[in-house]
Amino acid sequence: MLHIKCPYCGMRSQNEFSYGGDATVKRPELNKEVSDQDWDNFVYNRKSPRGKHWELWQHISGCRQWIKVERDTATHEIFNTLKANEEIL
Amino acid sequence: MQKYSIFNLVKNAFSGHQNWDLAWKDPTPKKEYDVVIIGGGGHGLATAYYLAKEHNITNVAIIEKGWIGGGNVGRNTTIIRSNYMHDDNALFSEFGMDLWRKMSQDLNYNVMFSPRGIINLAHSDAQMNVYARRGNSMRLNGIDAVLLNREQVKEIIPMADFSENVRFPIFGGLMQPSAGTARHDAVAWGYARQADSMGVDIIQNCEVTGFDVSGGKINGVRTSRGDIKVKKIGLCVAGSTNILAEKLNMTLPIETHLLQACVSEPVKPVLDRVVTFGAGHFYISQSDKGEMVMGGDLDGYNSYAQRGNLPTLQHVLTEGIAMMPFLSKLKMLRTWGGIMDMSMDGSPIIDKTHIEGLYLNCGWCYGGFKATPASGWTFAHTIAQDRVHKLNAGYSLNRFNTGHLLDEKGLGTKTWIS
Repeated sequence: MLHIKCPYCGMRSQNEFSYGGDATVKRPELNKEVSDQDWDNFVYNRKSPRGKHWELWQHISGCRQWIKVERDTATHEIFNTLKANEEIL
Repeated sequence: MQKYSIFNLVKNAFSGHQNWDLAWKDPTPKKEYDVVIIGGGGHGLATAYYLAKEHNITNVAIIEKGWIGGGNVGRNTTIIRSNYMHDDNALFSEFGMDLWRKMSQDLNYNVMFSPRGIINLAHSDAQMNVYARRGNSMRLNGIDAVLLNREQVKEIIPMADFSENVRFPIFGGLMQPSAGTARHDAVAWGYARQADSMGVDIIQNCEVTGFDVSGGKINGVRTSRGDIKVKKIGLCVAGSTNILAEKLNMTLPIETHLLQACVSEPVKPVLDRVVTFGAGHFYISQSDKGEMVMGGDLDGYNSYAQRGNLPTLQHVLTEGIAMMPFLSKLKMLRTWGGIMDMSMDGSPIIDKTHIEGLYLNCGWCYGGFKATPASGWTFAHTIAQDRVHKLNAGYSLNRFNTGHLLDEKGLGTKTWIS
């Protein structure tokens, strides 16, 4: 069982959250020419590292906010959580 | 190599079974090979076997970080099927079904292939319509499919919940009678033994640390047991694909996720088919030892852990109990997890890459085990001939760029949604 510290609600169990994938993926800017490669990288290609991974979670059974979580994909240790609009340092 | 037969069994009985040949050798890596396969799982071993058997390429090494058959080929729920709707998936899998039927004879190793049939349960009229469509597609591709109504399903699996007031009543199901199960370890061992006997070096406890790429060409691979010169490398490492891709400066449409499975204590024969729940993600069969073998959803977040968390297991087994209430009385014997190479459209990749001499085999999602022979066969062809076979032409890497996705389930790019 993961325990995730929601920046709004505090420490909650994994059961209250749903997953949203890699948080470092950025959508190409609107109204600008996008190369096929940039679009593929946004939609499909993922680094999927073994180790530290910034990812999106939604506190779906709580405050319903999207948050960013830094978690180790091999040990599940959680290092850090941020609000969705906070930049990853 | 000694043939496994009743005569050799009797002959060896006289010497107390002390003189059997080793099933495969434990060689030291040579300085140079024609082909190196990275990953000694089912797919890698099968690839080496078909390279030797079909293409006469025997100067081959399989490099495995751990021990052969210790990854997903030893961690699955052993289901074999070809009940796909899309042509590329259906024809590839049905080609594999043929190889499964001949496998024990072909490998001189009893893989205990048991074509007991698989039933996908339907829980609404709409789902029956979807299954009718899929069944028709399967039959057009020469695959056996039977649409069962509620009464027919009840005759086959009377232990399922057929009461009137359940949340997900059973309306019927789609059966592929020729689907089934096999002994998973035997598949790895059978391929390993035959590949070894034809001259393939199976090198265990050997980790890949890097690649020697220059001028867009593969020249070699660096390992924990020395550098190896080689012109062709087949990457066959399932959940570790992204780790090796990073060493090649490649980013792939793959995420690694954890899938759990479990077995109950052994009980007397009760279920002689593979059954899947249609209102969630749960599948079940009974092993020859009597254990109920069960699995379902991914844990739901990127993971290399090779062991799972309990919330997902509880969720999956809740589905199981909804389908077959007697399961609640059983004790759990073992649970385990394997790391899946989840592709962004749910279908695999068997293709060449932009690096000359580097071939890619990944993206098997939930369905790697059943694909073992067909994957090995087509990957061997792709490596040996330096071009894809028509059976794996649809499993191209650039389909994510061209838009020719093979999204059998229509789920899009959220790999953790099952």
